Amino acid sequence: MRLDELTRPDFPILERVVNGHPLVYLDSAASSQRPRTVIEAMSQYYARSHANVHRSIHTLGEEATELYEAARDRVQRFIGAQHREEVIFTRGTTDGLSLLAETIGRTLRAGDEVLITELEHHSNIVPWQLATRDRGAVLKAVPLGDDGTLDLGAFERLITRRTRVVAFAHVSNVLGTINPVAGMCARARQAGAFSVVDGAQAAPHLSLDMCALDCDFYAFSAHKMLGPTGLGVLYGRRKVLEALEPGRGGSEMIKEVWIDRAQWNDLPWRFEPGTPPIAEAVGLSAAIEYLEKLGMDAVAEHERALTRQTLEGLAAIPGVRVYGPPASEARGAVVAFSVEGLHPHDVAALLDAEGIAVRAGHHCAMPLMRRLGVVGTSRASFSVFNSPEEVRHLLAAVGELRTAL
Amino acid sequence: MSATQAARGPYSDVIRERWRRPRFRGELPGAGAVAEDVNPLCGDRVRLMLALEGERVSAARFVGDSCAICAASADVLAELVVGRSRAEALRVGAADLLAVLQADIRPTRMRCVTLPLSVLATALNGKR
Ligand SMILES: Cc1ncc(COP(=O)(O)O)c(C=O)c1O
Repeated sequence: MRLDELTRPDFPILERVVNGHPLVYLDSAASSQRPRTVIEAMSQYYARSHANVHRSIHTLGEEATELYEAARDRVQRFIGAQHREEVIFTRGTTDGLSLLAETIGRTLRAGDEVLITELEHHSNIVPWQLATRDRGAVLKAVPLGDDGTLDLGAFERLITRRTRVVAFAHVSNVLGTINPVAGMCARARQAGAFSVVDGAQAAPHLSLDMCALDCDFYAFSAHKMLGPTGLGVLYGRRKVLEALEPGRGGSEMIKEVWIDRAQWNDLPWRFEPGTPPIAEAVGLSAAIEYLEKLGMDAVAEHERALTRQTLEGLAAIPGVRVYGPPASEARGAVVAFSVEGLHPHDVAALLDAEGIAVRAGHHCAMPLMRRLGVVGTSRASFSVFNSPEEVRHLLAAVGELRTAL
Repeated sequence: MSATQAARGPYSDVIRERWRRPRFRGELPGAGAVAEDVNPLCGDRVRLMLALEGERVSAARFVGDSCAICAASADVLAELVVGRSRAEALRVGAADLLAVLQADIRPTRMRCVTLPLSVLATALNGKR
């Protein structure tokens, strides 16, 4: 059975009719939809077990703590982390990257360098702008080649002994480019820099192994991988976390507090100030369970087939341009495209009239848009529930667009 | 809203017509008042050029890189302000544009309609 035939009945939102058409949801890269098990796990948690975690000496508090910490164990296994203390719950990818930029930022000195890339999401650009600006450090970016992959020669030249952080996306949210994470992380370590990977577009689609990637940090969001909004994961290598002073303070992250000082809690709680998103962690755990049942290799294969079908189909339509590496290359589950003479927002609105949801605009990657020489693009992205029929529907609708306005 | 209009979302016949055959798109050499602005949400860019005879707007043109709604709105705005005094032109509002555009514009696209208005205000006032 095809993966979508297996999964579609599990996603209640797919029953929606939009503008008179059955919903064709091709915007999972922005935020995916949730299977019933995730929705039910969260409402069950609220209906039966909710209390604050860690400090409550009563039954519900203990249940909530157990569920929250069990979610951490599940994440640890899912991403192949060696230790549970390496899994920090955040509010999302942006929050995880900001936490790092704030925390590492405090240790930057004038003249230190942070190296990002031209294809980053604003979440992996702006926090580093703030961190470097405040410390007199320098922000540099690895340029993009015309084939939609990073210029690795330039990466070599840009990484110096002043480089303190190398931060880059695992998978581009626009081009679908899969960056050579392990090699770039190894190069960063050799230079004495922290490696920070934005995994927002990889975690939902690829089987992850932190040990194989050998990065120092890896951030992703639950809501892009069938889980709830408001929760993210920041993986941090234990040795690195142990040596890092927390950048944010509050409850949960301390052992003892005096008026003028505090003693930090153990890992991972040291980096989790305040009441965490507990129900969301329970929801993420259910999402991971769902993905694991399908098998991440099957997920990746299904989405790769849809991506290839879309790339080849769109490229064959006159006046349509697709962006990023060719269909023959390994790519993430996104396809950015433009239709000659039409603004991306008009493309999205016209497709919406057919019940098809795609993203349009700059995709929070304005430097990349500038590099591509466009104001924006339209983008179709895929998840486990999307079908080849839906892709055919998209292709037919895009084929009609040039005469639609 | 008619059935055909529903099928096209916000794209009314007026918007389609103005997008395909704009009446006021183009440069206006020697314009006395010029302004440009960008919609940060989508990157739409509109420049409005006005010729003034005393206090009266005698000619208007726009150029831009924008969606059909924004372009149609700029085209209609240019038409509405020609012949008006500066003060009258500044009183043209979103409701006037929507009355001409005859389209079902959702809140997420409202800024596409109003971007030309803030450009007009900047051109005539030097502020928004
Ligand atoms: C590559 C990439 N990084 C970061 C983010 C930000 O994720 P969030 O908004 O969940 O913090 C996104 C999602 O839009 C993304 O695609």
